[in-house]
This record gives sequence, C-alpha cells and structure tokens, in this order.
Amino acid sequence: MQMNKIQEGVWEIPKTEKDGMRVPARIFASEKLIEIMDKGVFDQITNVACLPGIQKNALCMPDGHWGYGFPIGGVAAFSTKDGMISPGGIGFDINCGVRLIRTDLTLEEVKPKMETLMDTLFKLVPAGVGSRGIVKLNSSTFKEVMIKGVDWCIENGYGWQEDRDRIEEGGHMKGANPSKVSQKAISRGIDQLGTLGSGNHYLEIQVGLADQIYDPEIAKVYDVSKPDQIFVMVHCGSRGFGHQIATDYLQIFLNAMKKYGIRILDKELACAPFNSSEGQDYFSAMVCAANSAFANRQVITHRIREGFSEVFNKDARDLGMHIVYDVAHNIAKIEKHNLDGEEKEVIVHRKGATRSFPPNHLAVTDVYREVGQPVIVGGSMETGSYLLAGTQKAYDMTFGSTCHGAGRVMSRMAAKRKVRGTELRQRMTERGMVVRAVSMSGLAEEAGLAYKNIDEVVKAVDSIGISKKVLQLRPLGSIKG
Amino acid sequence: MGKYKFLEDRAIADAAFEAEGKSLEELFEACAQATFEVMAETDTVEAKNKEEIQLKSDDLEELLFNWLAELIYLKDLKATLFNKYQINIEKPGGYELRASIWGEPIDAEKHKVKVDVKAVTYHLLEVKKSDDKWIAKVILDI
Repeated sequence: MQMNKIQEGVWEIPKTEKDGMRVPARIFASEKLIEIMDKGVFDQITNVACLPGIQKNALCMPDGHWGYGFPIGGVAAFSTKDGMISPGGIGFDINCGVRLIRTDLTLEEVKPKMETLMDTLFKLVPAGVGSRGIVKLNSSTFKEVMIKGVDWCIENGYGWQEDRDRIEEGGHMKGANPSKVSQKAISRGIDQLGTLGSGNHYLEIQVGLADQIYDPEIAKVYDVSKPDQIFVMVHCGSRGFGHQIATDYLQIFLNAMKKYGIRILDKELACAPFNSSEGQDYFSAMVCAANSAFANRQVITHRIREGFSEVFNKDARDLGMHIVYDVAHNIAKIEKHNLDGEEKEVIVHRKGATRSFPPNHLAVTDVYREVGQPVIVGGSMETGSYLLAGTQKAYDMTFGSTCHGAGRVMSRMAAKRKVRGTELRQRMTERGMVVRAVSMSGLAEEAGLAYKNIDEVVKAVDSIGISKKVLQLRPLGSIKG
Repeated sequence: MGKYKFLEDRAIADAAFEAEGKSLEELFEACAQATFEVMAETDTVEAKNKEEIQLKSDDLEELLFNWLAELIYLKDLKATLFNKYQINIEKPGGYELRASIWGEPIDAEKHKVKVDVKAVTYHLLEVKKSDDKWIAKVILDI
C-alpha cells in the first residue's frame, strides 16, 4: 500500500489506495514503529476510511496493531448528522481504561511491605476467569450504576466526593438508558462490579523515580512530583456486562445494515447511522456500559484504599491516596471539533486510543484545566507506564487523541512458546518485582517481549506533539487475572 | 469426535482456532471445546451441571457465532465451565440448534484457569464444507 510521509511522524495512505475510501488514512508513528507495524493495521484503517460520514481522516496511533473491525489504536470521527456509529470502533470491552492513584508513600516506605501489600490487594480485588465482586446489586440498583456511574459508588460509600473531579466525564457519561440493555447483559454483569478480569488487565504498584519526571511544572499540578513516589495503576473495563452489550448490538447492527443499505468490508465494522433508532439505542446502551466500567474501577479503588490502609495502619486519606485521573480508551463520545474552519459536532470513536485534550478545554476537569488532561499510558508489566498531558496539537491533528499503551507485536500463542509463566515470574522476582497471578499461562501471554517498546511509543507521541511526557512509572508489583 | 487447533498468526491480541468435524454437530462441539480450552484446562472439568440451549439462525456463520456467544454468556451467568455437549442441528428452513451441555462451577485452582474470553468475533469467521468434513475458523476476543 502506498504511504506518503506528510511530516515527521505522520504517514498518509491516499484515498486512491482502496476502492470506497472516503477520506485518506493517517498513521502516527516514528520510522522505527512504522517498520514493525503489522500490515493488518493498514488494511483495517483503510476499511474504516470507507465508512459513511467519516470526517477528515481515519487515524491510527503509534501503538496500533491488528485487531478486528478497527485496528487497535484506531480513531475515527463521524458526523452526528449523517455519520455512523460502529461497535467495532469501540471494542467488546466498552470503556476499558486506566486509572492512576497517587500516594504520599515513597519507595523506601513501601519496599519492606511489598509482599504483604500484594497479598492483601490480591485478596481484596477479585481477578481471573469466573471471579465475582463484593458489591451486591439487584437489577434496580444495577440500573442506577448504569446511569450514575461513579456517583452511585460515592453515594454508597465506595469513594470520596473529590473522586468524580479526577475522572474523565466526571465518572459518568450522559445519555444512559438502561431500557436499551438486554436482560442477558444485566444478568451476566450483575455480580462482577469490582473485579479486574484477565488478559491484559492488571493492578500494579508503581514508582515514579525523581529522574523520571519530565515536566516538573505539570507534575506539580497533577500532584505526582514527590521523588520516589508510589502509585497504583488499574487497567480494566466493563466486564461481562459491556461484552454482552457489544455482542448483542453487533447482531442488531448486522441486520440494520441490510435495512439502511450499508456495504462494509468486514462484519466487525457493522455500523448504523448515529441518528437511526439502532444507532441511538446502541449509544445509550454503550453509555450504560461505560458508566459501569467507571464504577468498576471506582469499587476497585475503594478496595485498594482499604488494602493500603490495612497494611500501613493509616487512613487512606492520610496516605494521600487521591485519584490522579481515569481515562477511557475504548469508547465513542460526542465532541465538538474544528473541521474546515467550522466547529462541528462529531462522534469520535477511540479503540485503544486515549483522549488527549489540551489546556483550557472546557471538557478538562477544573483541577487540571490550566495544563491539559492527564493521559495515562499503561505499558506491559515488565517495562512500565507513563503519565502524559493532553495538547492543542492533538486537538488539531487527531481529534484530541493519542496512544493508549505499548501495543502488542507478538501473538498470545507465540509469547507462550517463548516464555513459561513460572520462568517469567522468576525473572521478574529476581528484578525485585512482586507478582501475583491467577494463571501462569495468562502471565506468560503478557510478557514484555509480546509488546512494542513503550519508550519508543511515548517518544513518538511526544515528538509529534499529540501529548506531552510528564512522568515515567516503573512497576514494582503486578496483579494479573 | 471433532478436533481443533489454535492458530498463531491469525490474531495478535486475541485467540484464534480452527476446528473440524464430520458433521455440523461435531464441528460445533469442537468449537465449544476450543473456546473453553482458552479459559481453562478442560480435562479437569467434570460434567456435573446441565444447561439447555436452543438457537435459530439464518446462516451457519451466525449460528456458530450465536452458539459460542451463548456459551460465553452462560460461563459468566452460571460461573461455570463446560466440557460435555450433546448437540442437534436441523435445517427445516433456517438452522435450528438444540443442545444439552454439562460442566461444573469455576474453581480457579482445580480447573487451572487461563484467560477469560470476552466475546466471539465475526472477524475472519468462516464455516465451510470441504470434501467430507466441516471446517470453521474463529477468533475470540480476550
């Protein structure tokens, strides 16, 4: 496929490369990353460029890799007037995302207690296949969770008043309608609030070393500038509830496409006009799942605070356990963007991509408005993660989006062939990390060698300017489902 | 008895497999076995609890998608892993599937659980007949 270099770090596949492309596709990556990017990305992002109502460009972030429907790392905006909404542009795990919690503790204070801390958290946060949460919901309280998200948690003792100001969308998106959610989705997810799941989901204890603060001013505003400060990072989503909603609507959309006469290149790109009854129903169900994912990470936060409190024998508030931020990286949102000199309302799909809104944007919480939203980039459990800040360039170039992680380069099977879970745990232990995993083969599938180099990915988004490096985080302990 | 093998180069972040059987019933059984083998060591699962499934679909791909989606749903709903299947597929007009399935509640240690399957996808989903056997290729979302 022909690909032109538009500027340093930006590559364009012209409309002429595939029959049906409505806009060019653009890939954001360094020379090194574009070389190792699997070819499936180019095919999938040009399929996205064929969808009706797509605006400007179909985009892929530097951590992009082959997925289904959209590539992972895919971003696309559609007109809310005559554009599409596609569950395949969001993923089965609706509002899969990352939350970062700070503490006042330092490496020196935590190191001697790491084993106890990890055992405590492993007990408090259920993980792995078939795990069930501690929050008992009935279908009426579950519907409240769908509408209120984190607010429901705060009202019911699973959070602090200030928490909502440190979460994308304030921890609940508007537009939820539980009547658009199937009984199956409700019964599948009702017992899972406060569970981590498995696969690439994790709970990590991390440290921000003094020489890894790249922007001291922004770090100060995010309250993450203490040398050797300890953090907790949680990566998970909407669990079976969101997966079922996505499954239900994929089927509904495949039927709806016949009705609307839409032709697509991949069934996983099933879509419907955003303004159609199917499009609106899916959006309101997706918001229910998004809010339940925010609530899921909130209940987990509550358990983490309890765990730290128990181990350090101090109230979580006195340990300074404030949320830094919580980002959604599998989601569609109604946003306003400048297109051809005009502000237009669009539905932005981000699948394995993070919102990266600039300073002074009204959607950025008051707490951080002067410096832009925090962007949390979760890396593999062996290499670490990053905290970045949103930028104006992202708003101008990528519909306010950036990368979400390191991005896989090796299949799960290949990773397992290269390394055994027990060996990997041994290797990580020798390096001073504490690992708690429900499944050893699941652990091997997430080995660092299965991912791109996160430093390279973050360097790319930082030098293109679609987010700004603030702090690097090193893993100390990892809990895997 | 159908059989299956996992495919390495068909998915990066997800799990892909190819299954085959002499009949549609054998094929669907093999696909179910592969799906649960992603989640646990299925030979450790005992056939204790029984569930019934009835599905109708216009085409075979949709029937297979719905079959695996139903199993994944029941896995969460009943917190159960399955490993024994009695399947009957008929084609009066569209396809009709009736199945009894057996399994036992998930025990992470006993069943040596692996990774959870979030969903079945339509990505590169194939069901076809080749000579005297049925073959399917499936990608599961992890």
